[in-house]
Amino acid sequence: MWQELLFRFLVGGVLVSAFALLGDLFKPKSFAGLFGAAPSVALATLGLTIAREGRAYAATEARSMIAGAVAFFLYASCVSWLMMRHKVNGLLASCASIIVWAVAAFGLWFLWARA
Amino acid sequence: MGESVTKITVDLSAVRRTTWQQFAARFLVGGTITVLVGVVGKEFGPEIGGLFLAFPAIFPASATLIEKHELQKKQRAGVNGQKRSRDVAGVDAAGAAMGCAGLLAFAFTVYKMLPRHPAVEVLSVAMLIWMTVAVLVWRIHKAS
Repeated sequence: MWQELLFRFLVGGVLVSAFALLGDLFKPKSFAGLFGAAPSVALATLGLTIAREGRAYAATEARSMIAGAVAFFLYASCVSWLMMRHKVNGLLASCASIIVWAVAAFGLWFLWARA
Repeated sequence: MGESVTKITVDLSAVRRTTWQQFAARFLVGGTITVLVGVVGKEFGPEIGGLFLAFPAIFPASATLIEKHELQKKQRAGVNGQKRSRDVAGVDAAGAAMGCAGLLAFAFTVYKMLPRHPAVEVLSVAMLIWMTVAVLVWRIHKAS
């Protein structure tokens, strides 16, 4: 149990850091931003889920991830709008907008992916 | 017109400006979120757990870091760059919004292919599709 959690932690840490580093490297910033929505957590999690629970289980997770990705789009758009239009600071804009992600993700799941 | 003049370049200075504490913070956040996603999946099942595969895990740390780096750059130049630094981080967030098309394509590919194909093949194809769709959307946006 603890070994599995530690393994998840290490794999997730490495993958998320690697994609964030890629985002640091590129210019212009709009291109670098693409890496902010890289499937880093998904890649780390799905590999382990497939090994442990099987492909059908992981495919169900991927189905819900579609709703999560739409929610991420709304979230990132909201952060961008708050920062560019209203000059809200990065930490506040990105943390407060998590509510947008949560409402959209669970709303979409309730309406569509739950079936 | 805009597209033909937008060149993608590699800028190592941003990496040099990132401290080891900031690298460590990203590692910690990434690792913790991955553990939490696993726990949520176990507790509430794959349908709820799957939502968190597209959770903006590292986003607050990245937005803060970009804003901070830009602000430091402007301060070194002797100007108050608060507005500019927020604009730059906002542009990065707009890029992430475009990247979500790739994230969605990644999820759809895994969902459709995984039940019938080997995992390594599926994840490799899905990564390729993520990158292709994300860059394509970015290019279309730049060209418009």
